[in-house]
Amino acid sequence: MPYGPHTADDRARMLETIGIASIDELFDDIPVALRASRLDLPGPVPELELAAQLQALADRNRTDLASFLGAGVYRHYTPAAVDQLLLRGEWYTAYTPYQPEVSQGTLQSIYEYQSLLAELVGLDVVSASHYDGAAATAEAALMTCRQTRRTRVLISRAIHRHYRETTRTYFAGGELDLEEIPLVADGPAAGTTDLAALGRLLAEPDRPVAGVIAGQPNALGLLEPMGAIGEAAHGAGALFVAVVEPVSLAVLEPPGRYGADIAAGEGQPLGIPPQYGGPYLGILAATEPLVRQIPGRLVGMTTDVDGRRAFVMTMRAREQDIRRERAASNICTNQALLALAASIYLATVGPHGLRDVAALGAARAAELEAALAAVGAPRLHAGPYLNEFVVRVPDAPAVHRRLLGRGVLAGLVLAEAEPDDPSLADGLLVCATEVTTPAEIAHFATALREELAR
Amino acid sequence: MSVTGPRLQPTLFEMSRPGRGGGKIPHPPKDALERIPVAARRASPPALPELSEPEVVRHYVNLSQLNHAVDTGFYPLGSCTMKFNPKLNEWAARLPGFADLHPLAPDELAQGTLQLLWELEEALAEISGMRAVTLQPAAGAQGELTGILMVRAYHRGRGDLERTEVLVPDSSHGTNPATASMAGFRTITIPSARDGGVDVDAFRAALGPRTAAVMITNPSTLGLFESRIGELLEEVHAAGALAYMDGANLNAILGRFKPGAAGFDVMHFNVHKTFSTPHGGGGPGAGPVGVGETLEPFLPSPRVLREADGRYRLERPGERPTTIGRLRSFVGNTGVLVRAYAYIRAHGGSGLREVSDDAVLAANYLKVRLGGVFDVPFERHCKHEFVASAASLKKETGIRTLDIAKRLIDFGYHPPTIYFPLIVEEAMLIEPTETETLETLDAFVETLIAIAAEARADPDVIHEAPHTTPVRRLDEATAARQPNLRWRTAAGAETPCPD
Amino acid sequence: MVPGDLRYTKDHEWVRVEGDTATIGITQYAADQLGDIVFVELPATGAPLVQFATFGVVESVKAVSDLFAPIAGAVVGTNESLANSPEQVNSDPYGQGWLVKVRVTETGQLDELLDPAAYDALIAAG
Repeated sequence: MPYGPHTADDRARMLETIGIASIDELFDDIPVALRASRLDLPGPVPELELAAQLQALADRNRTDLASFLGAGVYRHYTPAAVDQLLLRGEWYTAYTPYQPEVSQGTLQSIYEYQSLLAELVGLDVVSASHYDGAAATAEAALMTCRQTRRTRVLISRAIHRHYRETTRTYFAGGELDLEEIPLVADGPAAGTTDLAALGRLLAEPDRPVAGVIAGQPNALGLLEPMGAIGEAAHGAGALFVAVVEPVSLAVLEPPGRYGADIAAGEGQPLGIPPQYGGPYLGILAATEPLVRQIPGRLVGMTTDVDGRRAFVMTMRAREQDIRRERAASNICTNQALLALAASIYLATVGPHGLRDVAALGAARAAELEAALAAVGAPRLHAGPYLNEFVVRVPDAPAVHRRLLGRGVLAGLVLAEAEPDDPSLADGLLVCATEVTTPAEIAHFATALREELAR
Repeated sequence: MSVTGPRLQPTLFEMSRPGRGGGKIPHPPKDALERIPVAARRASPPALPELSEPEVVRHYVNLSQLNHAVDTGFYPLGSCTMKFNPKLNEWAARLPGFADLHPLAPDELAQGTLQLLWELEEALAEISGMRAVTLQPAAGAQGELTGILMVRAYHRGRGDLERTEVLVPDSSHGTNPATASMAGFRTITIPSARDGGVDVDAFRAALGPRTAAVMITNPSTLGLFESRIGELLEEVHAAGALAYMDGANLNAILGRFKPGAAGFDVMHFNVHKTFSTPHGGGGPGAGPVGVGETLEPFLPSPRVLREADGRYRLERPGERPTTIGRLRSFVGNTGVLVRAYAYIRAHGGSGLREVSDDAVLAANYLKVRLGGVFDVPFERHCKHEFVASAASLKKETGIRTLDIAKRLIDFGYHPPTIYFPLIVEEAMLIEPTETETLETLDAFVETLIAIAAEARADPDVIHEAPHTTPVRRLDEATAARQPNLRWRTAAGAETPCPD
Repeated sequence: MVPGDLRYTKDHEWVRVEGDTATIGITQYAADQLGDIVFVELPATGAPLVQFATFGVVESVKAVSDLFAPIAGAVVGTNESLANSPEQVNSDPYGQGWLVKVRVTETGQLDELLDPAAYDALIAAG
């Protein structure tokens, strides 16, 4: 066994102390009929060979293309300090800080994470972390139902499809209703949440709404009229949930300022690699009156018996290990290490660096827009965006496939991602960030021009 | 209160000085944001701390040293399987081919990861005796929710709407009943039998046409194998219900018991326990779920598929209408799964069986050695962990399990899990794992013997423990009554961006 | 000895009836068992209480416990000071730490509760 320390002598000594002849005797309580046959798996692989096999698998992936794919997961530059610090075993191999006296590192880091995110989102209560943006959105939706004691939630169609699907799954158990708010079909506000439709959904008699969920920027990259959406929600006695992207909050108005009661989002852009889906960081934040509704761990500041400042998991009695079937959520293990990564990232780039990340992404995106428009792929929507937008490309799925062969990952094919929305059939959702280079943009534009000319 | 004590750190916010930091990201053009409507823009920058890199590095290195971790010492935290986390796995997960891969990359760009995920599913199916596995759930609790939602879909699919109850033993993890509630079921709690095992008669009495599922942890949270499990599973199925296995304690039975083969319909794996992926101070985990034939149609989407030509792909949206849907974005905590895959491959089938053998051997060794020192309520051989109790010591000396836990910290050990399971008075749930040397196990025993002696000779030193830590026992009541959950930057600390 | 002018449940709630108003709380024994109480969840004014059914929850640092109504009635007031000072339930459970007041219709239900001597015996038995 590659990581076990026991020698034959060690095992013999332990067996002797226990007073048995063989390890098999320790499994005598498994009924004979239910004892397993051997595991039919390949044999052990020495580290040298395993390293080569893992390298070979990694090499079968293609990450060398010029990528304009975002759609909820964004490439960013991560300062070297982040991973170097994260790799310390004292973070890596510790568990839930049940014993605060020997967990002050983890506990203070979570308190700092809560504080950093509170500054970004403009809301006072931030959970220690959730699984990802989708699960955080689902938990936010459930919070609105618990708080208002209503069962109907409205979610903009321009919320990431996976988030909508996840929320629907989480709603299945509670017999809750999730309804989608359509998007404006055309004109200057095309692609954003349809305020008139929202008003009608909120006004349905005898069907009170618990929460309204909209994204900023939305899943098509567009900026939403968040203030107006929030006002409509509040006017109907519903809570307002903003789904946010954290880097954008360096430059966009924070949810706490435009009336959001809850913010949910994906923390991956804060120093976490894409790694094919996770582990990421679910951000969940709320106003102080909702503190008892927020699921998951919270860390608070307190003192020890000698009056020293210290940190501790608090309001624990809300959680599953104490409240069992009456807990607000079953969440236990969360994404603490990723919250730590986000904190180190924010501490390293600082407020001005974070603004530069957001603004440079916006600048590169504008260059990308101009370059693509010049080769015959104009934007599909007219409204303002930050760093992600939809372009119209005839026969987009086929063009996208051919561009792969030219070393370009031309964003997301909306005909495949959103097959039930014909207005997006020719759309490619593309993004730029601070790591997008002018050379990559030129490469994309040239390849696209040649493909469109075929 | 003093702002800091020796070894403690100020917060990032207290260290901040306007003008520090920078040099990481190029400055954008001045007009970069002009096309963003003013109404949508942030009026003032967020009041995040401004720090130089050396300060940040020192802050986090110093903070890290306030933690007890597997890499710093013994961590016999029952039910959590704090085993060594191999370093090769960290290296592998960081390979650019794995780390830089976008989750929405077309399948043809993701063949390496897809192959890894597919092979991991196959391995977990073999280990569990299940027919199929989803890797999507982000943690064990989400795996439980996945499993119970599949149970719900199964009964509904048969038009059986009457099954509204989930039976859970009183020794279960709190996630079990919390999951049942989230999935819309009523939890029926079944008391354990006197020997700590499932009380088959009590289950039989509660089973009926309203039972959707039973959730069983096996080995139980007392570290005991449920010897009557075969009988119980027959009863469950005869009642038309399904059997869920909480796989938290899988580290005890690799290669010895396959839940699927024994008749369980669904189970989750905690890869951050059994398969050594790091706990990270509370995550990330991953909670794959294995199912038998009955529940396979309901697995979350997308599944990882292998085509006849050997290529791999993700299931497309809408391809399998019976699915319960998604539990999260994308395919799963892939970075965690890479580590689990590496662990399984390093061990192979024979090595995994040795993992459980050595974990169970170490636990029984500790149990026997501590038998004269503490109460050990269950005589039979344990699996990978066991419950000791300080009930007698408390009667004699007033020293409680909490005090012993705190005193262990003074000697450099992380305490066991305490006051769980709830059904044993003054419980200490001790799980040594298979990666601790015999010298470590012996030293731990000697320390506990010394603490028990101290309880009789000098109880005050234990009551006041720990003595050697950067902070001592905390005022948790005030923390909960007047929660301070975030740092508040003093007014005026917000500075405008330089350009 | 527990206060002599109250009636008790076996779940450690007390009730004091004055006219048609009953004041309800938890006993010192219950407060001590729970430890530092950090949060109390109480019903809204107007809510009906059913005798021996749950009407709220009390949380300590590491435990949570249901509250059972000693007597039926409609809630006419709750102790709002507990929102900021839940510790009063520990320090003065029979006074400042009261939980709810209800308008009682069936005072006969008091006969189903424990008198002080019986409650004393209950907690003495552990």
